[in-house]
Amino acid sequence: MAEYEPRIVAFLCNWCTYTGADLAGTSRLQYPANIRIIRLMCTGAVDTIYVLKALIEGADGILIGGCHPGDCHYQNGNYKVRRRMAILKQILKGFGYDEDRVWLRWISASEGKLFADTVISMVDELKKKGPNPINKLWTA
Amino acid sequence: MKAKTISVKKGNTLDTIRNFLTRLLKNKFLDGIMAPMLLPGGDGFVQSLIQDPDLLKKVNPTAPTIAVQSARILADLTSGSSKGELKGTLIGAVLKSCELRAVTELAKFLQIKLDNVVTIGIDCPGTCEVKDYAEAVKNNNGIPEQIFWNTFKDGTFKSQEGLSLRNACKICEYPAPMNADITIGLIGFDTQKEILVMAGESFEKQFKEKLSIELNEMIPDKRRITIEKIKSRHMENRTMIFNELSEKTENFNDLLKLLSTCIRCHNCMNACPICYCKECVFKSTVFEHNLNQYLNLAKRKGAIRMPTDNLIFHLTRLSHMATSCTGCGMCESACPNQLPISSLFGMMGDKLQEMFKYVPGRSIEEEPPVSVFKQDELHSETGSGG
Repeated sequence: MAEYEPRIVAFLCNWCTYTGADLAGTSRLQYPANIRIIRLMCTGAVDTIYVLKALIEGADGILIGGCHPGDCHYQNGNYKVRRRMAILKQILKGFGYDEDRVWLRWISASEGKLFADTVISMVDELKKKGPNPINKLWTA
Repeated sequence: MKAKTISVKKGNTLDTIRNFLTRLLKNKFLDGIMAPMLLPGGDGFVQSLIQDPDLLKKVNPTAPTIAVQSARILADLTSGSSKGELKGTLIGAVLKSCELRAVTELAKFLQIKLDNVVTIGIDCPGTCEVKDYAEAVKNNNGIPEQIFWNTFKDGTFKSQEGLSLRNACKICEYPAPMNADITIGLIGFDTQKEILVMAGESFEKQFKEKLSIELNEMIPDKRRITIEKIKSRHMENRTMIFNELSEKTENFNDLLKLLSTCIRCHNCMNACPICYCKECVFKSTVFEHNLNQYLNLAKRKGAIRMPTDNLIFHLTRLSHMATSCTGCGMCESACPNQLPISSLFGMMGDKLQEMFKYVPGRSIEEEPPVSVFKQDELHSETGSGG
């Protein structure tokens, strides 16, 4: 049987983490192909509904990558998403769901290595966790 | 907050309250009063904006029924005017504690402008479902509000056949309103003999000049003690109900079982005062996919329940508004299948509000958790790298 390959949906901000991912590519850094990237102008645009949508419809993990505190192109979008995700994770945890499938990370445009390392360790962690249990819930 | 005891003539508490409201209207203190008024059928009360002082005779703010959350009505009443446009115009809104707290929340979300509003809070020992109240009136079980006379006096509660409290009211933390401009106090008093009127310092002069009510008393201890007694009884219920619910929602599988009769009517959302978005994402086309996408999803899961927004609907609503949930329970009253939505939001709301040390409706100065942030907080959310 083929090894389980987790599927990660990533919401990356245009200015920092997406550019960081680009740098990882141009620097020819290797990282697993388990990640599906959605580019946004700012992580401040990531509402909880999109994270839930991805989790309920088949993603095994969610990565939200934004600028380091103080570096947001729009001043404070990253602080806003941090609160939103803290709320969402508390809810997930409250219903016995492993909230650690949702990762929020600050990765700047110059941190291509950090981006690659983050994806590597996230895939490792998700492999340990196994498939997302909501995937099989047809009424969800 | 200063107070004045008002004695009740001939044991008619309602007349005393109506009299007080009439004086507020007649003495040009207020230009209009919004209060629950008797329906023509005689079987219920609904908030009405009243101009004719004579009609205040039909008002009963102590009726244990709540048809619509007044916070939503105040949003409609005040959203049409710009700031300063109606200088000097004042309406009084008679509100129960949960309504007042929702008003405070909506004011913070800029949905209600309080410039032209005087909030008149009134103690509430709990309410019944609208249909139960109407039924009780028809069955001639006496005046339904009489079942609360003991609650006011000593904090105890004896239910009457066919007239139980709404679930949200059984677990209500705040029977007395917080931070109303004017408060009508019933709890702690033998309401057939006396009631209490309270107001902030800014009203002292007006009360003296326009109503010849001198606010010179302190709030008596018996009131505080009785409020605590009601609250502690409700908190016991709250703990019990939340414990049971938490056992029934240990994982998403269980949660889906609990919500399995949800028909996605969105009534809970429409009845919720805090869910104020004019353009709701669940009424938008955001998640309208083409057939192939649905088929793909069905392939992955074997089958998908239609419509697809069951778990996502409730979880999204939790994440959007549970931090500001005032526990009014209108969601649960609106649910055609009696799902325990209010308890679910209360249970999760307690955790989320605790996270930000936030109490919805406690103060107009406190920013709602979803609309602000701090730079130095929640560092553990972003992994060990910070």
